[in-house]
Amino acid sequence: MSKRYVTIWFPQLLTNWMVRHQPLLKNIPFAFSAPVHGRMIITTANTIAASAGIFPGMAVADAKAILPALQVSDDKPGQVIKLIMSFGEWCIRYTPITAIDPPDGLILDASGCTHLWGSEQHYLIDIIKHLNHFGYQVKLGMADTIGTAWAVTHFGQNNSIISSGNESAALLELPPEALRLEPLITEKLHRLGLKTISSFISMPRSALRRRFGKSLLLRLDQALGFEMEHIEPIHPLEIWQEKLVCFDPIRTAPGIEIALKQLLEKICHRLQKEEKGLRTATLKCHRVDGRIEQIAIGTNRASYNAGHLFKLFELKINTIAPDLGIELFVLEAAKVEDISALQETLWGEANVIEDLKIAELLDRISGRFGANSIHRFLPDEHYWPERSLKQASTLTEEPTTQWRNDQRRPIQLLSKPEPVEVTAPVPDYPPMSFRYKGKLHNIKKADGPERIEREWWLDSGLPRDYYCVEDEEGHRYWLFRAGHYDDEKLPAWFIHGFFA
Amino acid sequence: MLSNKSNIIDQLQKAILPLQGVKSLSSANRLDIGFRPIELAFPNNSFPTGAMHEFISEASESAAATNAFVAALLSRIINKSGICLWVSSSRTLFPAAMEAFGITPHRLIFIDVKKDTEALWAMEEALKCERLAAVVGEIRNINLTASRKLQLAVEKSKVTGFILRHHPPNLNPVAAVSRWKINSLPSKPEDGLPGVGFTRWNVELLKVRNGKPGSWQIEWAGNQFQQVIPADVIEMPLQLVRQTG
Repeated sequence: MSKRYVTIWFPQLLTNWMVRHQPLLKNIPFAFSAPVHGRMIITTANTIAASAGIFPGMAVADAKAILPALQVSDDKPGQVIKLIMSFGEWCIRYTPITAIDPPDGLILDASGCTHLWGSEQHYLIDIIKHLNHFGYQVKLGMADTIGTAWAVTHFGQNNSIISSGNESAALLELPPEALRLEPLITEKLHRLGLKTISSFISMPRSALRRRFGKSLLLRLDQALGFEMEHIEPIHPLEIWQEKLVCFDPIRTAPGIEIALKQLLEKICHRLQKEEKGLRTATLKCHRVDGRIEQIAIGTNRASYNAGHLFKLFELKINTIAPDLGIELFVLEAAKVEDISALQETLWGEANVIEDLKIAELLDRISGRFGANSIHRFLPDEHYWPERSLKQASTLTEEPTTQWRNDQRRPIQLLSKPEPVEVTAPVPDYPPMSFRYKGKLHNIKKADGPERIEREWWLDSGLPRDYYCVEDEEGHRYWLFRAGHYDDEKLPAWFIHGFFA
Repeated sequence: MLSNKSNIIDQLQKAILPLQGVKSLSSANRLDIGFRPIELAFPNNSFPTGAMHEFISEASESAAATNAFVAALLSRIINKSGICLWVSSSRTLFPAAMEAFGITPHRLIFIDVKKDTEALWAMEEALKCERLAAVVGEIRNINLTASRKLQLAVEKSKVTGFILRHHPPNLNPVAAVSRWKINSLPSKPEDGLPGVGFTRWNVELLKVRNGKPGSWQIEWAGNQFQQVIPADVIEMPLQLVRQTG
């Protein structure tokens, strides 16, 4: 089946938009200007101004000299693209595939859509009617190729429909600009007297390529349908937002809870249908006096369980100050993720629902104490005790290396080693006694030394010689000596942990 | 005659237990902690899961011994099913050492909070989650009311809870099926070798509801408990305990 394309051109996009927002400007000449090289230059002028001889590219001062009544406003950068983008999204009602054609056009892939409006004629009329109703002047064209549709839109008869196979006939009488060429090439063509497409369409291709480059042939082929042309369709942003308007302002916590429950049920129903779950959500409460109170939650895993999400919000409801009352609740899910059933096992053996329960429990805990209160550790490939662990970033992350079990490690590790006084024979015998927190421990049994070097690429300092020692009461400690013995200074001893 | 009497007493005790709310467990879901004398000290001759256990420790050294003993018990509970939460307001536990007591350290999730009251809240929430195998809470100060809440939570969810009270301000009673005290003992190196031997504890079961308190000297030898029979103290041999218990 052949493709059918519609191109829409808004010749007066910006000025039409201005009139729509300020209807008073309808019968007044006005223009937009932007600074270029330090001068204010007209970028767009409405039809009244244009008929008085004001054209884009003119300096604002000159234009004002010609037409003192001219109203000039600033042309905000990006305004046109924003406008055309919103029209592109609006046009999705006509076809699922729409693309923008910067700066002021749209391309619609109307293949297989027009019969829903009766005929191609009715299809175009419907679009024109709606856009005109909004106050925008438009020109439309329809053809089998984007190139031809574009050409007839910009240079052909008003709203022409080119039937299949008639592309070249439609193009013949149009000027070369209709082929979307670079200004340099069109200028060259005009200088050579090639003022219509018909004057060069039958020339040998090699001659055209040599004279005007490959782009002319490409554009010609695209217009005639010999070459495919791709468009980048617009995907409208899915907004995960629910609103609840209250007739009477809500002032009580139970009222807020009821509103929140309703919003959550709506959003969760939508999420469930699309197999998505939310990771962060914000409840915005618009107060009567115009202030906005908001509370936010986050989850450890994507969830569409309204009951669970409500529990997370519930912890924070008392932070909302309703004051005179809340008239509008807006629930927004800023971060939404796909829920994939395959990833729903935690450590491989548990079933899906029960895992969710653990994730929900952790959500509640992190909702109350902050996410950094939850830790899970994985082994890291370091001998240095403080670095032998790393934090797991997710609930399901698996260790990449084995837990080491070959050396004895204390069940309790002091976060910072504490200095102890030690009596120890030189050079590397275990200590005979040590004093910790004022108490003298006589050592009966000892293991060691186990030397752990610093990782010089991470930090500098002395190595540690660790000893596992047991005193006469049977308590076991992890002591270490920082560095070696030397002539000048005795090395310092520290306690670093307790064995069971 | 004597055996007749003890038989009658046995039967009476068994009749009383269900009246007191202690359910007899089928052998299938009975937990084997790997040390029969301790199991015999509890009603129905089995270590109660789905209940609260309280551990008291005074010095840092005995806190370390308690942590390790609890870890060893946990390894038995986790092996059957799942994941364990460790709630603490002042954690010094070194996860890398847990491997030696039979626990894969990444199966533990640590909740580090600032205050005892926060730890209690987290622990109560965790104990309500049936999916967890066990919850350990290092809570220094806990009153009877708070512990009752925890007890109610475990009765419903069947999660086993451990309260570790390190250096408690007072030894107030709490709602738990048992109260323990673990201290380390001098180790005995194998066959006169130098160095430090296997971890040894003096395990005291101070209180046990409907059971018999006791005290044992246990060695953690290669991933299992082993009773230590001190050479200089003559105690009732292990076999005898098993027969009469």
